[in-house]
Order: sequence, then structure tokens, then C-alpha cells
Amino acid sequence: MITDIAAWLLDPANWTGEEGVLRQAWLHLLYCVFAVCAAALVAVPLGLYIGHTGRGSVFVVGFGNAMRALPTLGLVTGIAVLFRGSVALAALVVLAFPAVLSGTYAGVRAVPSQAVDAAKGMGMTSKQRLWQVELPNALTLLMGGVRNAMLQVMATTAVAAYVGLGGLGQLLIEGQTIGRYDQMASAAILIALLAVLVDLALAGLTWLLVPRGVTLTAANTGARPRGRRKQR
Amino acid sequence: MIEFRSVRKQYDDGTVAVQELSLTVPVGTITVLVGPSGCGKTTLLRMVNRMIEPSSGAVLVDGDDVRDSEPAGLRRGIGYVIQQAGLFPHRTVRDNVATVPRLFGHSRRDARRRAEGLLERVGLPAELRKRYPVQLSGGQQQRVGVARALAADPPVLLMDEPFSAVDPVVREGLQDELLRLQGELGKTVLFVTHDIDEAVKLGENVAVLRQGGYLAQYAPPEQLLAEPADDFVTSFVGRDRGYRRLSFVASDGLVPGSVDTVRIGDTSADVPSRAEWVLVLDPHDRPRGWLPPGAPIHGQLTEDQLIAGGSLYTSGAPLRGALDAALSAPSGLGVVVDEDGVHLGVVTARQVLDILESRRHPAVAEGATQ
Amino acid sequence: MMEELLRYFASPSNREVLLEQLGQHVYLSLVPLVAGVLLALPLGRIAQRIGWLRAALLGGAGIVYTIPSLAVFVLLPSLLGTDFTSSLNVVIALTLYTTALLVRPVLDALEAVPAHVTVAATAMGYRPHRRFLAVELPLAIPALTSGVRVASVSNISLVSVGALVGTGGLGRLFMVGFERDLVQIPVGIVLTVLLALLVDLLLVLGCRLLTPWERAGRAVIAS
Repeated sequence: MITDIAAWLLDPANWTGEEGVLRQAWLHLLYCVFAVCAAALVAVPLGLYIGHTGRGSVFVVGFGNAMRALPTLGLVTGIAVLFRGSVALAALVVLAFPAVLSGTYAGVRAVPSQAVDAAKGMGMTSKQRLWQVELPNALTLLMGGVRNAMLQVMATTAVAAYVGLGGLGQLLIEGQTIGRYDQMASAAILIALLAVLVDLALAGLTWLLVPRGVTLTAANTGARPRGRRKQR
Repeated sequence: MIEFRSVRKQYDDGTVAVQELSLTVPVGTITVLVGPSGCGKTTLLRMVNRMIEPSSGAVLVDGDDVRDSEPAGLRRGIGYVIQQAGLFPHRTVRDNVATVPRLFGHSRRDARRRAEGLLERVGLPAELRKRYPVQLSGGQQQRVGVARALAADPPVLLMDEPFSAVDPVVREGLQDELLRLQGELGKTVLFVTHDIDEAVKLGENVAVLRQGGYLAQYAPPEQLLAEPADDFVTSFVGRDRGYRRLSFVASDGLVPGSVDTVRIGDTSADVPSRAEWVLVLDPHDRPRGWLPPGAPIHGQLTEDQLIAGGSLYTSGAPLRGALDAALSAPSGLGVVVDEDGVHLGVVTARQVLDILESRRHPAVAEGATQ
Repeated sequence: MMEELLRYFASPSNREVLLEQLGQHVYLSLVPLVAGVLLALPLGRIAQRIGWLRAALLGGAGIVYTIPSLAVFVLLPSLLGTDFTSSLNVVIALTLYTTALLVRPVLDALEAVPAHVTVAATAMGYRPHRRFLAVELPLAIPALTSGVRVASVSNISLVSVGALVGTGGLGRLFMVGFERDLVQIPVGIVLTVLLALLVDLLLVLGCRLLTPWERAGRAVIAS
């Protein structure tokens, strides 16, 4: 069994070409990055606004919980039959959205109120407070939300191959159709590997983006960023 | 009896919490360990129930080395009260107190019945039994903590700064309560505090510990205040130790003088003299405040025309109370009351000082006070 | 759409299949939930007590839940030797996810028990295991419940993915819906969401019943 999988993975013919691993992995990654970025483009500003003003926080919590209950396969097939074609990509954006939104919102809410108070006291405008105080301090949780979104999208992209989106999931489903377990298992390994690597990359990005002082404070007080929740 | 035999505690990082220390806590008394933070007092306390094991030396309870007892079993037989009470948030007040009897294997009914008796004993109203700790005030929680420690009727009670997290007024009430309970129960109590006033008030013996785990002095409180063993004890018991010592000086020979009084509701015609301070009483003869010399009275005398009085001195209590009453009264006259708070007379600071003077020079003073 | 729905539900065989799938879905999502809780509790306790294991467990949990479910469903048979379409794969995979998800909340909840409470329990003569069961565990219930709620919703959603590798549950509806009978997709979505909400509600109610002291505390804060 393991030798079969190794053989499949080591066969250069499986890696190149239109349907090869390299191209599918690239597509997989592309879809995920696109979906998360598209979701973040709307969710981050909205989360910042809601966190900053406190308006609509009920919506964030309720919406986030409701979205978690949606079965991803149902969402993907539903959107695919409704719109046909690669609109299934829209399902990924929809799934990424709540994670980024609640991460951003939770990040802003978790900024120490003394820091915000002090910023107000020294005469910062609302906008200055948001950019100079709230956003830098919210980054840990915000990036936690992005990582969550990415987890979910990575997993759903694999599932979305079922409706013909392409990506590594396609190799898996194709393997199932033609009864080749070695191909299925190889695809599964690649999917897992890609997901772990992308998560690591995002962890690295978080480390780069979050100001050193915030990281140190969290380490000192033993406070850990919460809110990393998984659901696919 | 609790006996510390040359106990020493050194931690792995080299810090020494307690140096070769020996101390005997007599049966049926309250013994207080007092000292600044880092003096090893809590470490010493926790050696008794094996929450901390000494590096060398031994701790004996009633002659038995605590190391011969299995820790959990030993602890069930020793009451323990700590600062935040350590109550279980998920159990009702009654079930908190019933905990140790339950651990001993008593039925729930018996344990609860015992708990109810104890809660009554520590003065907690019956309607609070089924509440949860979060629904109680700090003082009430601490009472529950004491009741819980007493639940298995342990001969030994360990108390680790039990009253230091509550406000001063409540603290005083809890201290009085503890003294009253101790009068009834006669436990062997080892009590840790950093507050010298508390130590002096509660302890029949006080051990003063110095940073690094040295025993600086072990003596009854009166002796501690009168004859501090060294500079450290002197500075720790504080500048006003002379005044504090009055807590242990009997009031024999203090005879209250009289003062003009009126009652709430009297009119100006009833006031005997306007040249002196006049004490105002309520209908039950309890002092309410003072009327300054020459103060006009409009119509009937009401509370808001009064100047608040100072502390009250209960007749027969140590001299400290009498002096404080005199010093805190706006008139300079300390009001003396009986057990029920009924006015008996007044004393001046001069009188208190004269008594102290006469005790120091009995022969000379004999004529002066007659 | 309405007509199609009526037609779908009019067929007794459809209803029968649907009921069976719902039953499988409940089984496949809740068994791992219970198993995950039972595994996460001792693991959280171990992580709390042993420093180096703590980092290893939390790191391991992080990696486990980064791996997409479809990949786990496919790989488990070759790792465990189970049959490829066996529902055991789904049960084990979701148990892994649930455990990975719960280790951190369990650990956080145990560490949130105030030191003075555990010290008092020890001083009263509780031995470690009994103290864990009688004092620390009950106090951890609220935090544990919020973790379990997330895991239950996540499990109920993930079981559907199992349909792609041939295990049962409501996920079949999406595949049939995609291939030929469109109406089964909304039926599947609605049922899944309703199931998730129902389980969530039961968890919240269960937590309330188990932790009467929490309400007492809230009332105090509110007053």
C-alpha cells in the first residue's frame, strides 16, 4: 500500500501536464488565497468598524454561529447547481467571510481599554485611534481569523473538486472514480501537506505583522490569543 | 500541641524560607505567627498539614510526627482557613461546610445537619445556607470558611491571613467572632498575619518572624510590646507600641466623672448649663453626640444640631479604650458606657495618665489621686 | 421549488431514506463528540501537569485540525487497515478533530480554577483524583461547554463530507441533489442546520442544569 502511494508520488508523469499535481496544487492555492483575500477585503473593514463603534456586534456573533452550522458540501453543491461553472469559488468566499469578520471584531474588542482610553486622552481622533492603537493591537486575533478562514477554505476547496472546481481534490475524486486508491491517498497527502504549509506560512506572516511589543505582552501575561476555531 | 523541631526549608533554587526554627504551640490557645512578607510564616504554617515538607527537622502534632500520617488523611483532621476563604464556587454554602464530613464518609444528611449547626455557630443567617459563595459578602464568605474548617471538629486549626482581604470594620467583627468561638471551642489555633495589631489582639502567644525565616521573638503580646527583643521587633511592633500596650493594661481605679446631659427632643429650657459641653442621650440613655458650649437650640433638640461623639469606652475594658475615647471626643471627655451601651459617665485623658503614673510610682501617686 | 419539495416528501421511500440518513448523521457526529470529550479531559489534565507534554499536545492538536477532513477520511483506512467506506473512518477522524479542538479549552478551563480553591481542597484532605472530579472538573464545565458547542457544530457539518468517500449521513443528499434531484440540497442544508441548532440548544440547557452556581453569580453581577 505505502509503496503504491510512494510510487504514484514519485512518478514524474503524475506531476506535470494539464491535470498534473503541480498545476492542481497551484490552482488549489490560488483559489484559497483568492477566496481569503476577497473575503478579507470586506470582512476586515467591517470587523474594524463594528469593533471600533460597537454597532452591530450582535450581528457578528449570531452570523458567525449560524455560518458554522452550514454544511460545506451542501453549500458548494447548492451554489454550483444554482449558478453553474466555477462560481463555486463564491462558496469559498462565503465560507471565509465569517472567520475573518469575527477574528477582526474580537481583535478590536480585546484591545486593552486603558490603551484606547489613553489614546483618547492624548487627543487622538477616532481614526487615529483605529489605525495607531486598535489595529496594531488587534492583529494577533485578526490573523487568527485569517488562519481559521484559510483552514476552512483549504478543506472546502478539496471538497469543491466534486462540482468540478479543480485543485488537488480533483485528483482525489478522479482516483475514486477510476478505483485507484494510490492516487486518492497521494492526493490526500498532498492536500494535508499544502494545508499545513500554508498555515505555517500564515503563522510566519502573523509573527512578522504583529508588533513585537504585543507579542511580548501576551507572552508575559500568559494571555493567549483565543478564537482559533475550526470548522469546515 | 504543635511542635516545630529545628525545621528548615530550603528550596531547590537555594532560597531559604525557614531557618532552623523551633517553636511550641500550646494546646487550646491561639498562637500567631507575624512578620513581613518573605519571613516564612506561611511556609511554617503549611508544614503542619504537609502542604509543604520541611527540608530538615520535624513537625509534631500531639506528639506524632506529621510525616507518619498520609497527607490527605492528616489534612482532613486539621482545619484550614485561607485569605479568599477558598470556598468552592460550585457548591452551596451548606455543602461547602459539609465537605470534610463527606470526605470522612458521613452521609449527606448528617454532613448537612452538622454544617447547619456550624453555620449558626459562626453567626451566619439561616437563609444564606442554600446560597452560593458568590452571593455572599467578603465577611460572610470568611465566616463560611471558618465554619468549613471546623466542620470535622478538628483539634487543630490553621489560619493563613484569613481576614486580610476584608475591610477594617468587617475584619474587626470577624476577629471578635473568632475570639468568642475560641472561648467556646478551645482549639489549638495557629494564625498567620502580617498585621501586628491583629497579632496582638488575637494571640495568646505571638511569634515575630524576620525576613529569611528567623524567629525574632516568641512571647505573649504584652511582653512583646513592653520588652521587644531587638531592633527588628521594636521597629516591627511600631512607634505607637506604648499606646498599643494599653490594650493590656487593666482599668482598675478608673472612676468615671459626671457630665451634664440632655435628651433628644428636649427644648432649650431643659439644658442645664450653656458654659460647658453637654452630652446628648437618646431615650434609652445611649450617647448620641455633644452640644458645644453656648450653642443655641431652636425648638426641640434634634440629631442634626449635635456634634458627633468620639469612640465609646465600655467600662472595665483595658485602658486603651478609655484613652482613645477621651482623645477622640470633641469635648475631651471620653464617654463611658456599660455592656448595653448605656451612659455611665466620662473620663479624661488626664485620669488615664494619672493611673498609669500611679502604677509606675505607687508611693508618690498615692496622695495625688486621693 | 415548492412542488418539488412536496413531490420529494410525498414519496415514502424518500422519507424512509431521509430518516435513516438523519439517524446516521446523528450517530456519526455525536459519538465522536462524546469520545472526543472523554479523550480531551485526561489529555488536558496531563498537559496541565506536565510542562513539556503541554507544548507537544497543543502543537499536535494544532496540526491535526489543520489537516482537511477529506484527506483524513481517505488516509485513515491505509493507516488503520479499516475498510475504505467504513463509517468507522468518519468516527475516528471526527474524534481526532474533537479532541484536538477541546484540549486547549480543557486546559484553559482547568487553569482558570482559582488557586485558593484548589489549595483549600488539598488542605481539606482531597486526594488529587478526587479533587479533580469533585472540584476542578465541575468548575471547568462552562468553558468546556463552549468548546463542545463549537465541536458539535463542526462535527455535524463535517459528517456531510464523508459522503464523498461513501459513508452515510445527510451528505448523500447533496450528492444526489447535485447529480439529479436538485431539491435534496436545500433539504439537506436545512436539516443539517436544524440538527446543529438542536444539539447546541441541548448543550446549553445541559450546561445550565449542571452549573446552577453560574446563574447565581450572574444575578449577583447584574444586581
